[in-house]
Amino acid sequence: MEELPLSASLNLLREQQPRFTGLEAGHRACQGCGQALAARLVLEAAGPDVIVANATGCLEIFSSAWPESAWRTPWIHSLFENTAAVASGIEAAMRAQGKSTRVLAFAGDGGTFDIGFQALSGMLERNHSVLYVCFDNEAYMNTGVQRSGSTPHGAWTTTSPVGSKTRGKRHYKKDLLSIISAHRMPYAATASIAYPSDLRSKVRKALGEEGSTFILVHSPCPLGWGHESRLSVEIDRLAVETGLFPILEMDRGNVINVMPIRKKRPVIDYIRTQDRFRHLLEESEIAQEERDHLQALCDFNIERYGLMVGPEDDPSRLDTQSADTVTRGGERWA
Amino acid sequence: MLEALEGSQAIARAVAMCRPQVVAAYPITPQTHIVEGLSGLISSGTLSAQYISVESEFSAASVVMGASAAGSRSYTASAAQGILLMTEVLYNTAGLRIPTVMTVANRAVSAPLSIWNDHQDSMSVRDSGWIQLYCASNQEAVDTTIQAFFISEKTEIPVMVCVDGYTLTHTLEPVDLPAQEDVDAFLPPFRFRRTLDPGAPLTVGTLVSPDFFTEARYINHQAIENAKEIIREADDLFFGLTGRRSGALISQSGNPSGKTGVLVMGSVFGTLSDALASHDEKDQIRLLKLRSFRPFPNEELREAVRGLETLIVLDRSLSPGSGGGILGMEVRSALFGQKSAPRIINAVAGLGGRDLPLSLLGSLVNLSKSPDTPEFLFADIKRSRISEEIFPVKKTNHAEKSSWKNFP
Repeated sequence: MEELPLSASLNLLREQQPRFTGLEAGHRACQGCGQALAARLVLEAAGPDVIVANATGCLEIFSSAWPESAWRTPWIHSLFENTAAVASGIEAAMRAQGKSTRVLAFAGDGGTFDIGFQALSGMLERNHSVLYVCFDNEAYMNTGVQRSGSTPHGAWTTTSPVGSKTRGKRHYKKDLLSIISAHRMPYAATASIAYPSDLRSKVRKALGEEGSTFILVHSPCPLGWGHESRLSVEIDRLAVETGLFPILEMDRGNVINVMPIRKKRPVIDYIRTQDRFRHLLEESEIAQEERDHLQALCDFNIERYGLMVGPEDDPSRLDTQSADTVTRGGERWA
Repeated sequence: MLEALEGSQAIARAVAMCRPQVVAAYPITPQTHIVEGLSGLISSGTLSAQYISVESEFSAASVVMGASAAGSRSYTASAAQGILLMTEVLYNTAGLRIPTVMTVANRAVSAPLSIWNDHQDSMSVRDSGWIQLYCASNQEAVDTTIQAFFISEKTEIPVMVCVDGYTLTHTLEPVDLPAQEDVDAFLPPFRFRRTLDPGAPLTVGTLVSPDFFTEARYINHQAIENAKEIIREADDLFFGLTGRRSGALISQSGNPSGKTGVLVMGSVFGTLSDALASHDEKDQIRLLKLRSFRPFPNEELREAVRGLETLIVLDRSLSPGSGGGILGMEVRSALFGQKSAPRIINAVAGLGGRDLPLSLLGSLVNLSKSPDTPEFLFADIKRSRISEEIFPVKKTNHAEKSSWKNFP
């Protein structure tokens, strides 16, 4: 094969990729950033005829430092807490102009569970045709790992520290999907970066609906969770396999599909991988109590959503991890 | 043709004539009649627009920001607490140079809670980067609203049209609405050159490092300074269309060589104009109506006060602890160091809806006659109403036992 200069061969490689790349390489995310991977996967399935409204957060910061941009879609960042409202306005403009361009809203868990929650609830109530994607790394990572409404029980953050009086976050992770789905919108789902084809198919499903749709993507943060960058995907798979982060699809408030757990893993396998849970590994009564507590949470999820595969199950339920080769919007921008 | 219209209804119909494509609405007194009016015009098919009933003013400002960024003409209205709740979005919209128009039905800001008129709300966001135009009558509110879309879309700076709550919004006045074809000729369809378009993707709202931030702010500053020309142009073009002016940046009436000036913003201008007609010393009085507070017309103001011995600045807002009213400070700053600048008396009056009667003119003019009049005063305060209960000077918030005597 003829030798090409590196830049030319990289371009060739990119052009030969079958999928649309909405978030280009070269941005400033940390190694192993779950959010960067998730955002790229979402746009692969959604692009290129989309407009993205992005909340303040890591994704916004690492992708858009002037005068550079990693975005190949029209993209707007306004503020931390108004992303759903900005997306509502863009969607209203598309309707007013008779355009079919789809609107995506991107935000982290701080911007979704906490500060942007009111605007999101308003958008869902008005049923704007917006796909809202929350990249859930379970703390305020952009400001340096502070607890959010999404931080799991027991996890260390800089504002839920471990000391003689406190043992990580005291409160539970907010059950956001139930709250979102209580708006009775057509589609709400959870997903994980460990299952990219599942995430892509959910994005396509969401965009096939008229009205508000929502996907919560579990997105590891090596820096904030305290694990090696190369382990992000593996750790996120454990979050699913333990039942701590159940993968669900909901239709107007009802669970319609779940990703079944083939082989259940104990929660200790998940918490052992991350420094934020290190204090739970101590040989002490209180640590044992917390471990039992987290295991009980996993067992509750497994039972509540029927996550274990039973003999009565239709084998087609196991298809959620099937190879996804369908391309949508594969034309690239020149 | 003149019609007797409530200010809010007149404004709603003027907005509809501008053919906004997205209207965001959240109720707040005394603005609510405007968005109610628009809702009715959309419901009856008079106006074709997306009407978004949001869950807060914060989202109202965000929705119109998103809609304009995506290329649709947008409108919202608010007042008082609503403006303050919007504050973060207002700065953002102006910083990103997204054109939109908002009516502010001016109202006092809590606490103490008041639903009545003063200018504290829009003054509190004077540094947000929005253009602020103040209206003296319902006719000016109509004309300025239509001009505001022209100004905003030409300058790419959002515009606040400030109308006094109740005094204008809830008052019937004879108003002439221009013909729809005249408005269409004045205001062509909105084509935003930086719109969000998948065919030509732009990244908007990026992180800007110290290497570029000053330059970005400089450009914003220059743009709003340059907007003065566009505001004048809009008033001129509108005059050509309707035969009416709204007073561009600043205008004057009364005797142009009068030695005592009274500078005001908003509807009190009408009261003072009426009072002036029968005032004994009307030959000595020059009335100045400031329409554009942002951009502030420094040059034009200096020209307008030329020859004055005393300038009384009537303030409808306060900056506690600053030693003055907000408009008063701005005027002092504009005239500071000028040769033969007039003596400036800054009088706050009409806070929280206190009535501004015809007799106001006489009492303001009298202030200029005493050399002992302070530079700043509350012109209509009723000292007898200050009770021990609301001004408990003899009590402290410290625990009973602690006393200064205990300190060594």
